[in-house]
Parts: sequence; structure tokens; C-alpha cells
Amino acid sequence: MGMTFAQKVLANRSGNGHVEVGQIVTVSPDHVLTHDNTAAIIGKITDELDKYGVVNPELLIIVLDHVIPAATEKNAAEHKKIREYVNKHSIKNFFDIGEGICHQVVYENGFALPGGLILGSDSHTCSYGAVGTFSSGIDRTESAALMLTGETWLKVPPTIKITLNGILNPPVSAKDLVLHIIGDIGADGANYCAVEFHGDIANLQMDDRFTIANMGIEMGAKIAVFPVDEITESFLTEHGVSPDMYDAVFADPDASYIQELVYNLDEIKPVLSCPHTVDNVKQVSEIRELEIDQCLIGTCTNGRLSDLRVAAEILKGKIIARNIRLLILPASKRIYREAMQEGLFEIFINAGAVILPPGCGPCLGAHQGALAPGEICLSTANRNFKGRMGCKDAEIYLASPATVAASAITGKITNPEDVK
Amino acid sequence: MKVWKYGNDINTDMLFPGKYTYTCSTVDEIKPHLLEDLDPDFASQVQSGDILFAGKNFGCGSSREQPALGLKAVGIKAIVAESFARIFFRASINQGLLLIECRDAVSAFKEGDSVDIDIASGTINVGGKEFTFPKLPDEIMAISDAGGLLEYTRKKLAGRNL
Repeated sequence: MGMTFAQKVLANRSGNGHVEVGQIVTVSPDHVLTHDNTAAIIGKITDELDKYGVVNPELLIIVLDHVIPAATEKNAAEHKKIREYVNKHSIKNFFDIGEGICHQVVYENGFALPGGLILGSDSHTCSYGAVGTFSSGIDRTESAALMLTGETWLKVPPTIKITLNGILNPPVSAKDLVLHIIGDIGADGANYCAVEFHGDIANLQMDDRFTIANMGIEMGAKIAVFPVDEITESFLTEHGVSPDMYDAVFADPDASYIQELVYNLDEIKPVLSCPHTVDNVKQVSEIRELEIDQCLIGTCTNGRLSDLRVAAEILKGKIIARNIRLLILPASKRIYREAMQEGLFEIFINAGAVILPPGCGPCLGAHQGALAPGEICLSTANRNFKGRMGCKDAEIYLASPATVAASAITGKITNPEDVK
Repeated sequence: MKVWKYGNDINTDMLFPGKYTYTCSTVDEIKPHLLEDLDPDFASQVQSGDILFAGKNFGCGSSREQPALGLKAVGIKAIVAESFARIFFRASINQGLLLIECRDAVSAFKEGDSVDIDIASGTINVGGKEFTFPKLPDEIMAISDAGGLLEYTRKKLAGRNL
């Protein structure tokens, strides 16, 4: 019997020829990602860091993105503590405020390699499945232990195979596709599992794959991974990663799957996740006319240049509704600069939007754009949990950049297919 | 001993709101906000030895470990659920917080039932009915038995340096 992608990577990384689903293996990741939570992580192991040091400074990637620029004295003190730690332990892969959201920074700097293994103290670490990396989220304590030992255990997951046939009809996007899938299988539909995407992958660009892989955790997945193809290779080459720097891993044709699903992309329609769970998915046409208060376009799910271009095309020459606050959150400094150079900011500002610095912004409710009781936010982010954006009595709907941009103009949830 | 019972898909924002993730850093700061948006009575009334029951996918969402850390610190003896989200599952092992995956025990539980857990034999008694739950593999139990991953790691590092 052949092996799935997950089996193969974990077999390679644990020094086994073959691993079975359910087997526990010891692995050493290529990188461990932490962000503003680095302060709490190093606080757990102050004495051990003094005694043993960091096992390998190259292992760590630290990106300040969650509450940037610091909102309070406490945040500022934590950022300061992280900078001191970075200097003391000569940690090269440190990205200070304004570089971008950690997942976009990892991706743009070529840290995520096909066939590689990355763990991170952020649940959306699963994003790098877009380039064929085995990547998954862990808690803070585990990152602390990894800083000291460089190794941990993983259980070999069973795998769900999702075959994507055909092509999406714009304005339907990868976000609509992944929300549709989550609506089908549920928030725990892939719990403990790997998800492999197969089929007409060439019809999905890298930004599409990143959006889909990013939301793997919203179906409970350990990893959500795409096979490496020419599109991946050219993306990696553009970001300084040549093919001799990695060994792509592909599932065997006779690998065994616990579930197989097939989607025809031309049948997918604009959808949204309704409060308060990501799997509460409905067609946009069922909810339209609902009045909203705030729109958010960006985040690690949909803050890439192609997302901002889609939004700008809809917003060009338009002004957002009087009752709307529109927040634009580019995922990285690179995207911020490119969007600015392309004139997208001019369009957004003329439409009445506020452009936020590249970071996590309002997504987790820690600062910037929190909601008031009774308010409704339509967002391109990945979570709509109760209280997520700072207020338990507010509601969050999740949708694609096109749906959010179209809705910002009307002030109500609007199907982008109806915008002329 | 009180049993607290909740439903399906209890996510990390319900267990510990995201807005506190960068304002509360110590366990004592975390405790008052546990389950704040799910059950406002929980934090003030929970006592050491209490047990949590829940449906499927308990702890889904963020990699936020504050719920596991806080629930361990207030003395929750075990969380019994139909299933757990994987990051929360790891986080709980890493804090030495006992998780029991047992669908039948959850469905059997009625308000007022006594609950008795025997870790060694892998059994849970709910209102007089006994159910078994799968034990974790030895290498993972070793982390929990050490009192959590930090203690486990400290011992491992000390061993290497002998």
C-alpha cells in the first residue's frame, strides 16, 4: 500500500521507511514560528534559556504582527522583551512590526519549502500547505520546548482527499470554495486529519491555494496541502527558492484515504459563513439585504495583492455607504507597497476606506476596529466566533473580497454577481 | 464536585476571549476570564475537582493555550467530551490536563449524576453506568505524567547534561 503526503513527509522526517496512520513519530521541524506570543513563550523558560540557550537560532522565525504598533504599555514591554531576546540569542529570522502577518512573511521569505516541516504557535500555520509544506499549529508551551530541544512528537494523521474539477467563475473565488467545503464537512469534518487537494489544481493560482490552505484549521485539519506544480515552482523561484533547495513530496497513486470528496468548481456560488461558526455557510443570495456596520478586507486569509485588486476593481469610482466603515488590511509590507504603487490605495481612500498597517489588525479583537454591541461586521478573515472581534454581542459574517467590497458600497450584504 | 456541561464546537474565543490574549499573561490574570462569553458564572463558581462535559470538537479554533492552562490551574479534574480539536488536545497534554474522549459517557450524563473517573483502568462512571475510554500512548502519557511538557523537557535536558 502506498503512502499519503502526510505519511511520506513524516516517514522522511522520522527516519522511517514507512509509517502507518496513528503511529507516533519524533520529528525535528525546519522552523518554529512564533509571533507576539514569543514574550509569553520565553517567559516560561527563562532559566532554561540562560542555562542551555536556544537549540538552534536558525530554527526560529519570529514575526511581530498580532498587536502592532503596540496598543498599550504592556504590549510595548512584551515587544521590547522579544527584541532583547532576539539580540541576545542572535536570532536572524526576526521580523519587526510592519513587515506583515507571520504567515505571509514566512511564505514571502521562502521559509516554507515543498516537503518541509514547519510548526508554529498560531493555528493558521497550516497555510504553507499551499506550497506543499507539512505545517501545523501548536500551543505556546510546545514552542517553548522546541526552542530548547528542537524536536517533538506527531501522530501520523489519516487523510481526506478532495478533488477539485473545473474552474471557478469570477467573481466566485477560492474563499467561496473553501467556505463551501467547510459548510459541507463541518468545523470538525477534518479533525486530526490531513487534507490533500487534487484535480485541476492548475486552475488555482498561489493566492487561491494559500486562502484554501489557511482555512484548513477551520475544518479541524492538521494540514491542508496542495501538490507542487509549475505554478508553485515559479512562485518559489520568484521568492528566492530554487528547485535544488527542496524535494517535493507527492502522495502515492495507491495511497489510502479515509474519505474522498469531489467538487465541480463551476458549480460554486458566492457564499458566506454566518454567526457564530465558520461552518454555518449560506449562499450570499439567501442573506442579501442584511444591513452591516463594518467591512474588513485583508488578513492572512485574503490580504494578498489579488484580493486587493478584486476589491479595487469593484470599488473604483464608487463611494461606500454612509453607514459603513471599510477597513483594508494588506497582509505584508510587500503587498502594501505593491498595492500602493498600482494605485489601489487611491481607489480605496477615494471610496472612503481606512488602510491599516500590515498585521493581524481587528481579526482577533485585540485592537483596531473592535465592534460594539449589536454591530455586524462582514469580513474576509477566517473566524466568526462569538466575541472574536472584541464584543460578544456583535456578529461577524465571513465572505470573499468581492462580496465584502460589493457590500461596502450598498451597506448591505450584496452578491458580487449583481454588481455591474 | 460540580459537573459543568456545554454543547458542541466550544471554541477558543468562548473559552478565553481573544481580546485578553495580550493583556493577561499570568495564570492569575487568565482565571477570571475563563469561559467568560460562554458561561459568566463559571470563573467565579468553579472549584478544584470539578469536571467539564462537552459535545464534539471541544477547543476548536486558535492555538490559544490559555484555556488549558487556566482550566488546569483552577483544578478541573478532567474534560469529558465527544471529541477534542487537535491543537487543544496537544495543549492539554502539555499542561497535564486530563482529557477523556467518550461519546457514550457524554450522552449518558444527566443533571445531578455523580461522575467518577478511574484513570488507571480507563473507566468513567456516570450516574452508576460505567464506560471505558481509550488510554493515550505511553510516550504521550509520559508528558502528562511528568506534570506537563515543560517539566518533561526540563527532566530530559537535565538527563542529557549528566
